[in-house]
Amino acid sequence: MFVTVFALIIINKAGGLIYNRTFHEGGLHKISTNDYLVLAGTFHGVHAITARLNPLKPAATLNRTSTSSSTTTTAATGAGGGAPFARPDPPSGLEVLETENFRMQCFTTLTGIKFLLFTDTTQANVDLTTRRVYDLYTDYVMKNPFYQLEMPVRCDMFDRKLGSYIREINNR
Amino acid sequence: MAHLGPGKAASSKEQAGLRYPSNGKTIYHRPLNRTKTAELSQSSFAYLFSEMVTYAQRRVTGIQELEKRLNLQGHPIGLKLLDLLLTREPPRSQTRPLTIIALLHFIKINLWTHLFGRQADRLEKSSDPDAPDEYMIVDNEPLVNAYISVPREMSQLNCAAFVAGIIEGVCDGAMFPARVTAHSVGGKEEGEMWPGKTVFLVKFQPEVLEREALIGKG
Repeated sequence: MFVTVFALIIINKAGGLIYNRTFHEGGLHKISTNDYLVLAGTFHGVHAITARLNPLKPAATLNRTSTSSSTTTTAATGAGGGAPFARPDPPSGLEVLETENFRMQCFTTLTGIKFLLFTDTTQANVDLTTRRVYDLYTDYVMKNPFYQLEMPVRCDMFDRKLGSYIREINNR
Repeated sequence: MAHLGPGKAASSKEQAGLRYPSNGKTIYHRPLNRTKTAELSQSSFAYLFSEMVTYAQRRVTGIQELEKRLNLQGHPIGLKLLDLLLTREPPRSQTRPLTIIALLHFIKINLWTHLFGRQADRLEKSSDPDAPDEYMIVDNEPLVNAYISVPREMSQLNCAAFVAGIIEGVCDGAMFPARVTAHSVGGKEEGEMWPGKTVFLVKFQPEVLEREALIGKG
């Protein structure tokens, strides 16, 4: 089975693009850096609105909206906790965006940083992959004294570890 | 002799107040952390060290000055660790190192094991005949640099200058005055085994070599 992680984008809490890397040549069309910046900003806005589209009752856990035949948008609320009196999770907003040819998974951290992972539609366990990417980010970006918060990520160590982790997945 | 009486009384009183454990081990002989593995969190250390680097970076004009500051932060740690580690040695081998080789072995084995949980990877003498006072301690991946990526415009910098300061402190404390600097030697090519490889260059003062030569003769 052909499974691939195509690309990773990290968006800071203000909606700015801080990291952008393509792992698999020929998976997605190349777009210019400017377009990536626009994509990041637009996604940030859409995400903010979908987070507001949150059902009040925790009983309704899933809210599906189909926008077109080729693009399906799923806005999961993340409020589906088991205990009735537990405080519900904050609304997660847009989490998955799927087309015929690729799937985009968004992972938002509690601090508002978004990790967008573009994968093949058949790719399994993308949650785990995004978590692991977040681990690498906290280790090799946040513990680096030369990284300034909210600024573009330029850390050799992060590039290296991320590269070897994704290569491992793509060659599996 | 007249003082004997009261003096004796005072000493017996002292003994009542200050008690040594019967096995002779004081709090200096064991680490405060008595958990099974005696390990500390690497993350907390990474964050603390990151703040130390940021602190050292304030109001410095160049990379040399920044390294100097990191070195100074490590120096007192080295001075104190020399005493502590020698105290913890068994009484027979409790003497401080008297030759350069003994000192470097002490650093490579005892100091490294205490600080990083493993020995340093290699010990070398400079092959350059013009620099007989230079020795090298090699660490393939220094713990302090585990999460640090140095930006390209500061490529000269190696934050292990802090560890170099600790080594310098040990050398100075053992009466082997030296200058210790940290240099990155890895990361030049892609797919290298140890991209963070660091060499600690120990350059002893001339009087140390002079003494060493005299000892050799005797």
